[in-house]
Amino acid sequence: MGKTIVLKIDDKEVKVKEGMTILEAAKRAGVEIPTLCYLEGLEPYGACRVCSVEIERRGRSRIVAACCYPAEEGLKVVTRSPKIDKIRKTIIELAGVMAGEDVAGETRALASEYHADLSRFRARVSMEPTKCILCGICVRRCIEATWDSAIGFIGRGVNRRVVLYPERAGTCAICNYCQRVCPTGRISSTGPDPPFPHVDDVLSGRK
Amino acid sequence: MKVMSPKDLEKLRKELLERRKHKQVIAVCVGTGCVALGAQKVVEAIKDEVKKHGLEGVVEVRETGCLGMCELGPMLLCFPDEIPYFRVKPDDASEIISKTIMKGELIERLLYRDPITRELVSKVEEIPFYKYQLRLLLENNAKIDPRKIEDYIAIGGYSALAKALFQMTPEQVLEEVKDSNLRGRGGGGFPTGRKWETCRNAPGKPKYALVNCSEGDPAAFKDRALMEANPHAILEGLIIGMYAMGAREGFVYVRNEYPLAAEHMELAVKQAEKIGFLGEDVMGSGLSFRVGVHRGGGMFVSGESTALMSGIEGKIGEPRPKYIHTTVRGLYEKPTNLNNVETWMNVPLIISNGAGWFKKIGTEGSKGTKVFSLVGKVSNVGLVEVPMGTTLKDMVYKIGDGVKNGKRLKAVQVGGPGGGFITEEMLNIPVDFDEMVKAGTSMVLGSVVVLDEDTCIVDLTRYFAEFLSEESCGKCIPCREGLRVLSKILNDICEGKGKEEDIVMIEDIAEAMKEASLCALGSTAVNPVLLSLKYFRDEYEAHIKIKRCPAKVCKNLKGEN
Repeated sequence: MGKTIVLKIDDKEVKVKEGMTILEAAKRAGVEIPTLCYLEGLEPYGACRVCSVEIERRGRSRIVAACCYPAEEGLKVVTRSPKIDKIRKTIIELAGVMAGEDVAGETRALASEYHADLSRFRARVSMEPTKCILCGICVRRCIEATWDSAIGFIGRGVNRRVVLYPERAGTCAICNYCQRVCPTGRISSTGPDPPFPHVDDVLSGRK
Repeated sequence: MKVMSPKDLEKLRKELLERRKHKQVIAVCVGTGCVALGAQKVVEAIKDEVKKHGLEGVVEVRETGCLGMCELGPMLLCFPDEIPYFRVKPDDASEIISKTIMKGELIERLLYRDPITRELVSKVEEIPFYKYQLRLLLENNAKIDPRKIEDYIAIGGYSALAKALFQMTPEQVLEEVKDSNLRGRGGGGFPTGRKWETCRNAPGKPKYALVNCSEGDPAAFKDRALMEANPHAILEGLIIGMYAMGAREGFVYVRNEYPLAAEHMELAVKQAEKIGFLGEDVMGSGLSFRVGVHRGGGMFVSGESTALMSGIEGKIGEPRPKYIHTTVRGLYEKPTNLNNVETWMNVPLIISNGAGWFKKIGTEGSKGTKVFSLVGKVSNVGLVEVPMGTTLKDMVYKIGDGVKNGKRLKAVQVGGPGGGFITEEMLNIPVDFDEMVKAGTSMVLGSVVVLDEDTCIVDLTRYFAEFLSEESCGKCIPCREGLRVLSKILNDICEGKGKEEDIVMIEDIAEAMKEASLCALGSTAVNPVLLSLKYFRDEYEAHIKIKRCPAKVCKNLKGEN
């Protein structure tokens, strides 16, 4: 470790330490790459994919997630292009299917920046808006804060949800970390009145 | 008795052969297909007959893995002449013993009748279904009871391991596999030897070697059949690979929906430990190897390498970003080599016969054979193994005897939910990793599904999207939400609620999924959609514009006219 490598991000030459990701290297160079599931200090998760960038390596280009891909010597990275922008726009529009139009925070900002119509795909699929994009930041932050997550995922595929585990509700330290880090504004308060719809039902004995 | 040297192994093999020299064998297929058709009752009836005639010491009733021709099961073979009988019922048992076994007479009604010449066939290799196959991995299925290590040793089993351990260095084993050009049978077709080499050279200890038997795509059952029928061959390949890579620990990942495969593998590991092919000082080589069997929860996505490794670690079977290859940082963050069941099974053959022998089979870029489940609307449904280079046309028409009930062929679907469609005009495509990629199916997986004119391509594509929307792990947005919307749009189209702008929507989603998904489940999920749009756009348009389903499958739509 500690070796210095040189790569090019949007034609800017960047010197970084080996082991850094493209996203971290870009930050160094003052190049902004949008993210939704990334939070400094947490392991890269690679779930939202809006940090997708184009890389060129050995003459072949492909699209990778900047938050996970390690910076490499001689790598050429393009962070904005019509293709990248279109993919990001589609991803944000897809995020709108589950989250709904009524999102705040980063997600709202990105939707405006990329002219994403949050109801484009949502109009086709009738489902209750959850305001959640399953970035998992709250879950991962919770594990770190309490060493034993009070919230977590259930279900897989289209049935995936974040819930507060009723039997672990007691471990919630009401630290409000999850509220602070939520990129959609879904978590508006924590503690006695947790904003997780399913959990509200469980706690009040309705389900 | 423990085998403590190659000499011991050879001695044991001779003893086993001597013991069974004068025995007649009735090999009854108790693979999944035949069992469903009542094979277990056939076995019991034959055993009763053997007892009744006092032939217990002379006639062995062997319960084997899949013998291939599932269409005509339950199936059995009478050795030494290897007479094949099909659609055997328990009532046939007494005749099989009194006529075929005791007098050598054939029972005509149980023989195969050639559909064209109407002649009876009493030799396996003359049945068209088998004639055009090259069964290297499957041929031993009839010769062994998968629950008996003795059977496997008797046919030369574990001699490749002995050769590797005592006549070759790990480097030589690696070179042999590299030289053979064996490519991964799980789909990607990556050169196996090179993968092993990366793992071997990667810094970090210990190293792990894993078997992937998490075959989850609907219609594929080749890994299941291979592991059910011949677990020791897979295990032998794995141990040889561990030796070559410097790994001392391995895992076999089997999905729990394959209980028989898991059971046979667990038994195989126990037997191998007992006899000294696993554990301390294997065959007196001073080396120790350990293998564990992991039963997976059976998610489709668990076949993805990083998800599989998370599963073994006891975590949720979800893919993780793998820009650093798992051969460098895999299970428990250590160098890990994962190969498909079929890939491992080729290893003992290559070590025994040499890379030169292996390279003679197949095409320039794809060597050896490929095992498929041949299913769908084809006359001969079954498990087939063909040399690489065999065309899909031969597979459907020569081996499969064409489309069932004289219907017209519409397409062949290969590679499951992440694969593609091969149209009738493209049927001359050979089974070959590179040719298949050129055809856009991106993967050669385990199944070849024949679709006839009564199949609605839109409906089938809808099925795949729906299947994957529930089987995706749901972690990344493009895959989870993309599949949610795709399956809704495709459902709408099938219900007559399709709109003209749907196709643009599908293409936008497909692009994002293909380019930006976290793992191959998402990026290949769009293959059936895109390829069906490419080759069968008229069917989509009929559904959307004139609300008609040409195949008359979609209930809310009109038929042809």
